[in-house]
This record gives sequence, structure tokens and C-alpha cells, in this order.
Amino acid sequence: MSEDYRKMWEELGLDLEAHDQLLAVIPQMYGDIYMSQQNRPEGMAYLDFVMSEIHGLRVKELNDLREAGGKVVGAFCLYVPEEVVLAGGAACVGICGGADWGTAEAEKVLPRNLCPLIKSFIGFKLTKVCPYFESSDMIVGETTCDGKKKSYEVLGEYTNVHVMHTPQTKDDASRKLWLEEVKKFKATMEELTGNTIDAAALAQGVATVNAKRAALKRMNEARKASPVPISGKDALLIEQVAFYDDPVRFTQMINKVSDELEQRIADGVGVAPADAPRILISGCPMAIPNWKMHHIVESTGAIIVGEEACIGHRYFRDMVDESPSDLEGELTAVADRYMKLDCACFTPNKERLDNIMQLVEDYKVDGVIHYALQFCDPFTVEYNSVERTLKYAGVPVLKIETDYSMEDAGQLSTRVEAFMEQIKETQGAIV
Amino acid sequence: MFVGIDIGSRSIKVVALNGEGIADFKVVDTGFNPHERSLELMKSYNAQKIVATGYGRHFARDDFADSVITEIKAHAIGSRHLFPGCRTIIDIGGQDSKVIALDEQGRVADFQMNDRCAAGTGKFLEVMAKTLGFSLDAFGVESLKADKAVKVNSMCTVFAESEVVSLLAKKEEPRNIGLGLHQSVVERVSSMLHRVGIADDIVLSGGVGYNSCIQKLFEQKLGRMLYRYDHPEIAGALGAALTAREQS
Repeated sequence: MSEDYRKMWEELGLDLEAHDQLLAVIPQMYGDIYMSQQNRPEGMAYLDFVMSEIHGLRVKELNDLREAGGKVVGAFCLYVPEEVVLAGGAACVGICGGADWGTAEAEKVLPRNLCPLIKSFIGFKLTKVCPYFESSDMIVGETTCDGKKKSYEVLGEYTNVHVMHTPQTKDDASRKLWLEEVKKFKATMEELTGNTIDAAALAQGVATVNAKRAALKRMNEARKASPVPISGKDALLIEQVAFYDDPVRFTQMINKVSDELEQRIADGVGVAPADAPRILISGCPMAIPNWKMHHIVESTGAIIVGEEACIGHRYFRDMVDESPSDLEGELTAVADRYMKLDCACFTPNKERLDNIMQLVEDYKVDGVIHYALQFCDPFTVEYNSVERTLKYAGVPVLKIETDYSMEDAGQLSTRVEAFMEQIKETQGAIV
Repeated sequence: MFVGIDIGSRSIKVVALNGEGIADFKVVDTGFNPHERSLELMKSYNAQKIVATGYGRHFARDDFADSVITEIKAHAIGSRHLFPGCRTIIDIGGQDSKVIALDEQGRVADFQMNDRCAAGTGKFLEVMAKTLGFSLDAFGVESLKADKAVKVNSMCTVFAESEVVSLLAKKEEPRNIGLGLHQSVVERVSSMLHRVGIADDIVLSGGVGYNSCIQKLFEQKLGRMLYRYDHPEIAGALGAALTAREQS
């Protein structure tokens, strides 16, 4: 990244020395994991560029927006209604939480036995190395799990935090509560930006985010093909970048990638042989730059065809209904869309099991790897019913519980390789 | 000659097969340079085909092995060959423990492995034996002579060691503490067993298979008999050798 950004980083208040260390790690990691892949779609060059500018160009765009009087809102969760942020004329960015960074600092204020994602974002804040964090005029938290809920109290001591009360069930009372939360959030956004969010502004926000969802959906549609035209690693990267790139540009670029993928399908071009095991990853989100599991899995010759996760299908599966034209109707449509999410923080959560089975069928999945971050109660507990559902249907499933460190990489590869052997043997038996 | 090599954390096992059966096997310490040691071992064989397994399988493939399989599959094939009725494998090695469930045809149906640390593995027992003043060979036998079991709560090798030291300071009998330690290993592995389901025949393999106390405690806990080969640690290398023969 060019030297020109140093001044900007300094003005944002980053710890330049620590930030240099962080930036030295990423290209090496990206090179090993991404650039070593064969036959990548040409459109991935855009993602390579975005990654090479991860703390540069996009941060500068946000900076320019702020200098022109705009605001930046940081979020960690799918429940934060992005369309409302955009309707306020602000930019919405997903905050980094996918690297083992600043853990020692984070553990000064957090217990050790806490999920690595929370430790990561608190660590990033305390060590002042994330320019997105430092560019955010407001951070939006949510009460999805106990760890996050309580950690936002800690985060609130360092920055401006607005917490949305996400319900845990899907009954009528919860829907009402959530609609109220969306309205409250709209008011907070209006206050932050000084802009009034009217029906036209919200309709525009909804259209922009829906278009992004449609682009991600289209890209994923291509992963149903055999051979698969794009690696799971590249698809995951696209899904990760969706959270912080400019939504309109991102949508255009990903549609271009999809044009190419569709051409590949027509030509029968794939990134793995047609008989490579097709794997669905299900569970906790993989925030950038967490590529650990995908790298281990695809290094065995398997191909990942989907992420049943927040950074994955849950993000783009459901659209907001665009038919209402009055503000109240639009807000209700926005709230309704978010109530369809099937995060493990809901109880009961049978929708998730149905959605997993649907993905297994649609993507002709040979095996599911259930990925849970250590100490993530909702997903580790819910594994039990996921396992039962899959085994009942005769779908092999492997449970992985891990964090962001690489110390268990050897053991994980053994498990994953053994899982692939198991899948191949079963496939052989059927033929 | 078809050769299987299982490069484990504590020892390297080699099995050579000829047309009839096992022609030769070796077990050597992994040492500080598993890479060199494996190469050296391979020199003494005129191998038609070599299949590697164990945590060192990947460097073996880069250097001398024709193909690799995971230790899960290797144990499944090896144990099934030794005990054709085998449906469940308990393998406790130097730094990992695993439980493998096989279907009726002997294919891997499910498996569980311990997490990253050495809890419930051979290394755990090795450290504890040393702390209690037993040789590794005598540890199981002596623990079987206990008149009661003294419970050790921690499964972490480091914490358990300090717990054992304080139990010794309280004048607890070493063999009674030993029994408690063996029980905790069996408890830990049993929870993995229950996750995959248990079906007869059950085979105990890995270096810890030599430990008679572990075998007896499993048999008591499960109310079933465990099968064990005379050299329980070579099942993985045997599975690799059988794979080499089959691939030729």
C-alpha cells in the first residue's frame, strides 16, 4: 500500500507501528492462500485489488465522505439494517473481527473463555489498528448473544455505540419489538446524519442493498454447477468484501464475475475436477481475514460450494419487499426481512435445519462441515440438532470447533482429510 | 515388498508386507528429526510401493511415499485386517486419541479425535508415570494393584501434574493416584465413544494398548471385551501397507 495513506492513518489515530505489523502479515497470508490457486476467474482481479488496498483506498473513500459531511457506521452483525444506514446518506462497513490480533489487550477487559470474534474486535479497537473502526462515527451492536451483548458495554467505553435489541423468538410480540427497534434506529441515524429519512430515501437504500444481495445470489447460483467454476475461497472472499466495499460498485463488479462464471459453466470450465467432493460449510461467520477452514478443506482437493452462515447465504437469501411506497410500510418490510434470518441465537430455530437441507439438495452437497468458533454457545449447542438432521438424511457431517490461531491446523487437516476419505468411500459404495 | 509407514508424534512405525503377510515391522522413536529418520528407515526396504500415514505423512509424500492416507483410514484398514469383526476402534497414541466407528463393510462411518492438547493421550500417561516414579511399562500394572482410586480432577497435563504432586504430598499412595489417572483417561475417551456409538467388536490400538490398566477399565466401563493385537501400535502402519498392496 502506498505511503500516501500514512498521513490519513495517523490522522485517524491509528497506532502506526502496530498497524505496520498487521499490514505486513496480510499480503503474505493472502499470497499463500489466494494467489497459489490455479485457474481463478479473471474477475477476481478486482478482489485482489480490493485486498491490496484493504486499509487504503476504501478508507480514503470513507474519509472523503466524512470530509464532505457524511457519516460512517460500523456493524458486526446481519441484523443491522444496512438499507436504513444508506437511506441516511451514510456508509455502512463491517468491522474486522476475523484475526487473532490484540488478544492480549482484549483479555485485559474480557474473560479468556470468550469467542475469538469478540476478542478480535475488542482487540482491534484497543490496539488501534483498524482504520474502519477508527473511521466509524457510530458502531451498531445487537443483542444476539451474551458475549456480544455484554462486550458492547465494554466497547461503549471507547466509542459511540448504539445497540439494537434483537429478539430471540419469532412470535408477534417479538416482531413488534423488532419493528420498534428498526424505527428507533432510523431516528438515531437521522440524528447522526442530520438527514431526514423519507420514503424515497429508504426505497433507494432498499433497492441498493437488494441489488447487492441479488448479485451475491447470482454468483452463488454458479456454484451449483459441476465442475464448480469458482473456488470456495474466492466465493468466501467476495462474501466478506460485500460487507465493506461501496455497495453499488461491488454489485457491478460481482455481476461481472458472474458473467464470467456463467460463461465458464457453458464451456464446462471448473476450478476442481467434477468428481471433487462438494462441501457445504455451516455455522459461525468467517470474518475477513479468516480463511483458515476454507484453505484447509480445499487443500485436500475438495471444493466448497456454499457457506450456510452470516457471511454467506444468510446475508443474501432474503430480499426486502420493495412494493410498499409509504414509509411505515417500507419500515415494516425491512423489519420483516430481518425476522426471516435463522441465526442460532433464535429459539426454536427449525428454519435453519430446513435451510441447511435445502442447500444440501440444491448444491448436491456430499458432506457438511459444521464450523463453530470456540465458546460460541448458540452454534456449538445447535450442532446437536444439525448433526441429527443430516445423519438422518444420510449426509456425512464433520464437527469442527476452532479459533483464529493456526496451532491446530495439523489436527484439523487430519480430520478434514479423513472426512474426505469417508465421503469418497461412501460415494464408491453407491456407484 | 509393500511398505506402510506411520509417522507419529512419539514413534515411527513401519510394516512391510510380502505375498504371504507381515514380513517385517519396526518401531523407532521419532526423535528430533522425523524426516531424516523416516528416510533412513526406508533405505532398508526394497519397496515396490510405499504408503505413508500419521502426522508426518505430508513430508513423506514429498520425499519418498507413493501416496498417503490419514491415520483414521489406516487404523480402520489395519484393525479390520487383524480383527475382521471390528466395528469400533479406540486408538490412543502419543499425542492424540481417537475413536473410529466402522460400518458392517468396514468403512469409516464416523470418528472423533481429541482436541488440540495432550489430555487423554499417551503423553499424558507418560508425564504422570514419571511424576509418580513409575516406569511407563510398570505404570498400568502397578495401578491395577491399587486398593482405591484417588480422583484427579484436571485433564490438562500441566495442571494434573501439579495436582498429582500435591496428592503425593498428602501421602496418597502412588498406585492409587495412578488408578485415578487411568480412570480419567478412560472417561475422556468414553465420551468420544458415546458420540460415535459403540458396536462389537471393539479393538484397542496405539501404544497405550500395551497398558493393561486402560484395557481393564474400558472393559469394566463398557461391560464388553476389548480385542488387542500383540503389537497394538502397528495397526496404522499395517493399514498403510495393506493400502500399498491394494493399490499395486
